[in-house]
Amino acid sequence: MSTPAAAQAAARPGGPPRVVLVDDHGLFRSGVRSELGTRVNVIGEAEDVDPAIELIGRLQPDVVLLDVHLPGGGGHAVITEVKKEHPEIKFLALSASDAPEDVIAVIRAGARGYVTKTISTSDLADAIVRVADGDAVFSHRLAGFVLDAFAAAPAPGDVKPSFDPELDQLTTREREVLRLIAQGYTYKEIARELFISGKTVESHVSSVLRKLQLSSRHQLTRWAAERRLT
Amino acid sequence: MVIGLGAALLAAVLFGVAAVVQAIAARRYGLVSWMMAGVAVIYVLGWLLLPVRGQQASIASRAKHDSRGVALALALASVLGVFLFLAGAFNEGAIETYGWPQVTSVAGLTLIWRNAPDDERAGMRRLVEPLSGHGSAKSVRRATRLRFAGAAVLFAVGLGWLLNLRGGIQLLQPLGGFLLVAAALVLLFGPWWLRIARDLVVERQARARAEERADIAAHMHDSVLQTLALIQRRAEDPQAIVQLARAQERDLRSWLFEGRAPGDADVSSFAEGVRQIQRDVEAWHGVPVEVVTVADCAIDEHLSALLAAAREATVNAAKWSGAAVISVFAEVEPDKVNIAVRDRGKGFDPAAVPGDRKGVAESIRGRMSRHGGEATVQSAPGEGTKVTLTMPRSARSEPEGQASTAAGGPRR
Repeated sequence: MSTPAAAQAAARPGGPPRVVLVDDHGLFRSGVRSELGTRVNVIGEAEDVDPAIELIGRLQPDVVLLDVHLPGGGGHAVITEVKKEHPEIKFLALSASDAPEDVIAVIRAGARGYVTKTISTSDLADAIVRVADGDAVFSHRLAGFVLDAFAAAPAPGDVKPSFDPELDQLTTREREVLRLIAQGYTYKEIARELFISGKTVESHVSSVLRKLQLSSRHQLTRWAAERRLT
Repeated sequence: MVIGLGAALLAAVLFGVAAVVQAIAARRYGLVSWMMAGVAVIYVLGWLLLPVRGQQASIASRAKHDSRGVALALALASVLGVFLFLAGAFNEGAIETYGWPQVTSVAGLTLIWRNAPDDERAGMRRLVEPLSGHGSAKSVRRATRLRFAGAAVLFAVGLGWLLNLRGGIQLLQPLGGFLLVAAALVLLFGPWWLRIARDLVVERQARARAEERADIAAHMHDSVLQTLALIQRRAEDPQAIVQLARAQERDLRSWLFEGRAPGDADVSSFAEGVRQIQRDVEAWHGVPVEVVTVADCAIDEHLSALLAAAREATVNAAKWSGAAVISVFAEVEPDKVNIAVRDRGKGFDPAAVPGDRKGVAESIRGRMSRHGGEATVQSAPGEGTKVTLTMPRSARSEPEGQASTAAGGPRR
């Protein structure tokens, strides 16, 4: 058992990201584990909230692949708990569910991205690597949710007093990027379509993620409130 | 003999025409009418002497051999001649001046009529036909004869009335004459006018029927034909075929007996309509459809058209692209609604699609433009296809930006 610092040093750079799988379906875990193969180093598995928190604290992986729905309280509970001790651990949310409030709740709790379980194995590996590198990963569905959440102009009463009103709005460019993600474009295709660099696409996505996590917009806070996150 | 008769016939016709022209010209029409008459004569000459394409002999040369026709023409001319002679004896100068040329013309025309090629004769008959009514039943012919007799009497009386006018006769008299002449005209041409009016009505009905048929054809294309194509493709899977047939039957019934368009089930919200497309295409074509909807609003007639076009685009992608997944992105904005249907499949060259393919042209572009929307199709072989549909929103339907969040929101 290495110290946290040593674990951190052993993780990156260079080698495959160390990943912990948290999902209550054993079949899914073993499937992902065998398919991900060598691009990702799966170092542990958990199937419920409390064991997951304990395991993650012990192994300190680069990325936690986290099912949104867990029997003992949902994925966001794991994130909230782990972030207290280890803010540097990154989470990639994963689910078969489409309910926007679940997804937004995990994102607001601190996940760096969200993918659906229908994602192909190689795309999943890509997403894990990208999250490990500090980027945000938006699936087409998450892009749709975000566009939706930021869609209507906020009514005055909708917004709580915010220290940064910019957080409550998406820029035109961010919207364009999200729309293309929602249509299933890859970052590379988006860069080509909008005549910008891949890095710029990523920075737009990260900026959207930041707004999503920090904005005090009514819809977002309401979702969060329902999941007792505020 | 032959040449002599032909020349004589021609001379007769020419003389008739020239005499009429002269009579007109004598009333100060002068040189111009002579020249016009010359042109007319040359035209008639050409018509008479040049054989019609595909025929050996001209009208004139055939007329020379038509002894019965010649006899008929001569008989007709002689009867008219006797009549004119008698009229001349009663010292009606006008009849003599105009009459003799008419007699020769009538004789010439008789020969021409008898010897004209079939199609020309048919043409002339059509020209006269409206006057004689149609159908050959006895009653029709008797009615025609009565009509003609009545018209002739009215015409003669009316004309006589008018001719009898000398200054100082009461004002009502000319009016009566005109009325009689008008009655004669109505009697003569009435059936013709009626037929024209009836034709117009028939034509309008035909156009309405054609439009209805186009509508039905579009529906059929989107539903029954699609299903039949699917059934052919899945010939080896009996269960799938039964399923398809059942679904199609349900669809067709609801369209025929409940007046619902194919596929447009009890959907009241736009996003629900998009999801319906997803369900149907996944069920029917076995291709996963990734749907992302942003915001929502109520459906109106234009948005139904948008959905129908999007459905067609999605079905096309499922059928032709070979892509593993189709992505449908629908966004309701305050002033418009967009749908983008995209696949990473084969793609095609939009310029090379044959014009008789109904899918893109009618079901997508036609639908959109009829409802004030726009459709663009981006595709190239090997690069997938993206169909973008945009429909402006009518002012009255208020945006419901929170509809889809509300749908997923409160959990009870």
